[in-house]
Amino acid sequence: MKYAYYPGCSLQSTAMGYDLSLREVCLKLGIELVEVPGWICCGSTAAHSTSHLLALALPIKNLQLVQKTGIKEMVVPCAACFSRFKFALDQCEKEPELKKQVEHILDEPFPQGISVLHPLEIFSRPEMLGQINQQIKNHTPELKLVCYYGCLLTRPPKVTKFDQCENPTSMDKILSTAGFFPQDWSYKTDCCGASLVFTETELSLKLIDKLITQAKLLDAEAIALACTLCHTNLDTRQKDLKKISGNDYHLPILFFTQLLGLGFGIEPKKLGLKKHLTSTEPVLKKFNR
Amino acid sequence: MWSVSEGWVSGLAKEIYFRSGENVYLCFQCQKCSSGCPVNFAMDYTPAQLLDAIRLGEEDLVLSSKTAWLCACCETCTTRCPQELDLAKVMDTVKMIAMERRIPALPKVFAFYDSFLSDLKIFGRIYELGLIMWLKLRTKEFTKDLGLGMEMMKKGNLKILPHFVRPREVQRIFSKVMELERGKK
Repeated sequence: MKYAYYPGCSLQSTAMGYDLSLREVCLKLGIELVEVPGWICCGSTAAHSTSHLLALALPIKNLQLVQKTGIKEMVVPCAACFSRFKFALDQCEKEPELKKQVEHILDEPFPQGISVLHPLEIFSRPEMLGQINQQIKNHTPELKLVCYYGCLLTRPPKVTKFDQCENPTSMDKILSTAGFFPQDWSYKTDCCGASLVFTETELSLKLIDKLITQAKLLDAEAIALACTLCHTNLDTRQKDLKKISGNDYHLPILFFTQLLGLGFGIEPKKLGLKKHLTSTEPVLKKFNR
Repeated sequence: MWSVSEGWVSGLAKEIYFRSGENVYLCFQCQKCSSGCPVNFAMDYTPAQLLDAIRLGEEDLVLSSKTAWLCACCETCTTRCPQELDLAKVMDTVKMIAMERRIPALPKVFAFYDSFLSDLKIFGRIYELGLIMWLKLRTKEFTKDLGLGMEMMKKGNLKILPHFVRPREVQRIFSKVMELERGKK
């Protein structure tokens, strides 16, 4: 299987572990990722908050680059980028006038027939679950965790067409196939505050605190997630939480691909597990790493 | 196109409709948006109240309210609205109008958007260190999250040097978007 791969900006810096582990895991599962040549930023929140047209033009520009590779399916691991691509495709499809304007801005015809996929959608296909099961080395230690999907993968469902909107289960399926113990919890798609953390830090900390407290109440030993900004917020802000709530959580926050990688017997360093600010040691110890 | 009601229609509601295609007169105040909003506790007006104010043409109130600026773009309201109003898009449009009039209710959030886009325009991809510098210069909060930044650097999570990817093409996209948007007004 061959897919075009759009890492997005955060996977090259703050979420490097996601990029490293996704590449490693795909290698084991026989998935070939071809990085989109010269991809540019999707514009993220800043673009769609300032200009409707800019928010469409930037993702569509990237899809034109994909078209040149001749590959029809693109994998986007970052939930924010994933959402921007889905929105751009949806709006241009609904409003031909917007599509014309985007073509005018980019001086190139609209890319045809390219679909945008999240790794969770690929890994949760029945044949992939079978492969994951085969790749699991040894016995996965008993590890209770909660799967956190965040906002942008599932919402709005008409646009993202991802899993079930209020109770997604794809990550739970993947990780339980790999031998982990995902718990049922009600906060799968709650908001962590996203980019408000940079400017309205206290507000965002309250949301982060709620998520981690709720995970702890279920005795979760880690939170598994698939969004880069959720990871940054939950992983790097645990020290700040101590200041507002007095609680010292030390709850490891891992990308689901890092957990899969551990299950496949890949070196923690190759999965970027040493880059976290909240130590991942408690999880690694269970794997005798 | 605008066939909601006869008689008086608020100017702000009209402007939002022409920019985003969203008709706030569809709202019947069921409060689903406001009860599901994760940041409602910090807002001065709930999303439903803001829609009502738009409908009443309370421009000053809407544009000086923190509500749109605190929106985390989580899309819960858009998902749950029984009238299929894209509320997140309405929030974006309110911010756009306020930015054009140079009256952002939360200047720091505006500074973040502006810094992000300046960074993107120069490098083609986000160069985080550059973005942080821009933001600090704009907000004058030089010591905020400094320790966190240092820790991230130590772990190698922030790239020291930027990439330059398609800078000319990216700048062209920005200027053509501006050109088109100026033509619309």
